[in-house]
Amino acid sequence: ARYRKIDEEFFEDLEEVLIQADVGVMTVMDLIEELEMEAKRQNIKDAADLREVISEKLVEIYADEDNTAEAPVNMQSDGLTVFLFVGVNGVGKTTTIGKMAHQLKQQGKKVLLVAGDTFRAGAIEQLAVWGERAEVDVIKHNAGSDPAAVIYDGIQAAKSRGVDVLLCDTAGRLQNKVNLMNELSKVKRVIEREIPGAPHEVLLVLDATTGQNALSQAKTFSQATDVSGIVLTKLDGTAKGGIVLAIRKELKIPVKYVGLGEQMNDLEKFDPHAFVYGLFSDMLEKE
Amino acid sequence: MAFEGLAERLQNTIKKMTGKGKVSEQDVKEMAREVRLALLEADVNFKVVKDFIKKIKERAVGQEVMNSLTPGQQIIKIVKEELTDLMGGEQSKIAVSERPPTVIMMVGLQGAGKTTTTGKLANLLRKKHNRKPLLVAADVYRPAAINQLETIGKQLNLPVFSKGTDANPVDIANDAIAHAKEEHYDYVLIDTAGRLHTDENLMTELREIKENVDPAEILLVVDSMTGQDAVNVAESFDEQLAVSGVILTKLDNDNRGGAALSIRAVTQKPIKYAGMGEKLDELEVFHPERMASRILGM
Ligand SMILES: Nc1nc2c(ncn2[C@@H]2O[C@H](COP(=O)(O)OP(=O)(O)OP(=O)(O)O)[C@@H](O)[C@H]2O)c(=O)[nH]1
Ligand SMILES: Nc1nc2c(ncn2[C@@H]2O[C@H](COP(=O)(O)OP(=O)(O)OP(=O)(O)O)[C@@H](O)[C@H]2O)c(=O)[nH]1
Ligand SMILES: [K+]
Ligand SMILES: [Mg+2]
Ligand SMILES: [Mg+2]
Repeated sequence: ARYRKIDEEFFEDLEEVLIQADVGVMTVMDLIEELEMEAKRQNIKDAADLREVISEKLVEIYADEDNTAEAPVNMQSDGLTVFLFVGVNGVGKTTTIGKMAHQLKQQGKKVLLVAGDTFRAGAIEQLAVWGERAEVDVIKHNAGSDPAAVIYDGIQAAKSRGVDVLLCDTAGRLQNKVNLMNELSKVKRVIEREIPGAPHEVLLVLDATTGQNALSQAKTFSQATDVSGIVLTKLDGTAKGGIVLAIRKELKIPVKYVGLGEQMNDLEKFDPHAFVYGLFSDMLEKE
Repeated sequence: MAFEGLAERLQNTIKKMTGKGKVSEQDVKEMAREVRLALLEADVNFKVVKDFIKKIKERAVGQEVMNSLTPGQQIIKIVKEELTDLMGGEQSKIAVSERPPTVIMMVGLQGAGKTTTTGKLANLLRKKHNRKPLLVAADVYRPAAINQLETIGKQLNLPVFSKGTDANPVDIANDAIAHAKEEHYDYVLIDTAGRLHTDENLMTELREIKENVDPAEILLVVDSMTGQDAVNVAESFDEQLAVSGVILTKLDNDNRGGAALSIRAVTQKPIKYAGMGEKLDELEVFHPERMASRILGM
């Protein structure tokens, strides 16, 4: 393949591609500046060579001094592991739990789900269908009941049944709703109180089609529940989810999983190299 | 950094050049830069921003600004005018077919808010327009989607037509229309499954439903938190279905909602309603000029 020259126009195109990937205009401008300097310093003349540098710089955001690029998932080697799923409305929390339940079950783990969304119409039934698909049990209360109470029951059931992994669903909520965020903090405190060291992961589910608001989601959900990782869903569409770079940079929260569809097997561990390449690959493939 | 009011930022830019009496080319450039950043931070699509800035620049070097005693103020006014114009100017109404029932299809990406909005819209049609709506459960894919719509129907005390998950969505839609005619419903609101605009099979299914039921409205439901991808989604749904309008959901969030502008700019279709919460009475008629202010943070 023929590669183009590195010139001002190249950087303009790169800026456009990264902004369109939702990386965020400020992050992109900083990045372009660094890349321009780097290209000069290393005397890089064509795009093929710069491609590596772009990837490196982007992954670097992921792997600075304190952070390795690949973030491990905090799974207890013995005893109960509890994951709490949080996020705004419609991002894919319940579906991700279904997929994860299936995967863990396949690995031979004993999994239990708890229907902590008692608010949204059909939410309990939706999780129940996923429980059937993955062939795992679901603890549920009636619609409209207290979410903290059903989570509490889920924990007790997990303990008494010798469960390996308990996955807790919660209702979607916008981060600017103070009451609902307080309710979520309460749910987390119940888990902390009942099992020392739990929840072992608080996973913030983000929809890859989300723009700059995702940063505010990450900030506020972290304040309320101390988020430990992100699940980036709906990456099977045309959206790129570039905002997770800014989230990593500002808040240090790593992406742990990506959602790639609506089926049981459409959940994968996050691969930072593949991800960052996807942010600007359109530009290179165009050539 | 982000989401500082544009008006404020423009004022600061203007302050820097007080005493100059006239606006120079450099000043216009600087202001254009501020507007560009504000729009991009509000998630307005890159290409839409580019075109918009070009337009603003042209007007900013024109007589109306040059002759003004407060050029900064004049530029802010221009930006707002152009943005409101792009948003579609005036409010838009929901269709009514000459011969009932009026059929409305709700379409969009997964999780955008279609099912909830179907309930909200039915509620609004009954309350504000005094109509008799029928809800139709045509999402046979998402786990418990029918249950969700039925629960919403119960909450609203409105009937829901469904044939379970084994039926074909095209048949469900056809049977629902026949039922609605018999029972003299004014409106039929079809809730369809969420799908990616790139999913050929599922997009074909929507076209088939459309051909069968001849809807008066195909409403694209879009999450207001959507980023740059909003244009791809809207353009693609519109190309494949010729949508008649847009409903923007989750505007009770603290985001700027630049997606609204992007969608409007690429499809030229009106944004008809705004979802303002999870409750079934939280749907409002969309006001373009308010949205313009919101996007600009002023
Ligand atoms: N294409 C695609 N769709 C997804 C993915 N993950 C979830 N979805 C779909 O997104 C929609 C919403 O998913 P849910 O799991 O109900 O989302 P949620 O966050 O639990 O929603 P609420 O409980 O209402 O806040 C459903 O139609 C899912 O099938 C994904 O990775 N790709
Ligand atoms: N805060 C808020 N939440 C909303 C609004 N509209 C919908 N939701 C929530 O968004 C989530 C998804 O809504 P649904 O109606 O299930 O979305 P959908 O498009 O039908 O989803 P799929 O059928 O899975 O594609 C639910 O949690 C709703 O309660 C709104 O205007 N504001
Ligand atoms: K969404
Ligand atoms: Mg859910
Ligand atoms: Mg739905």
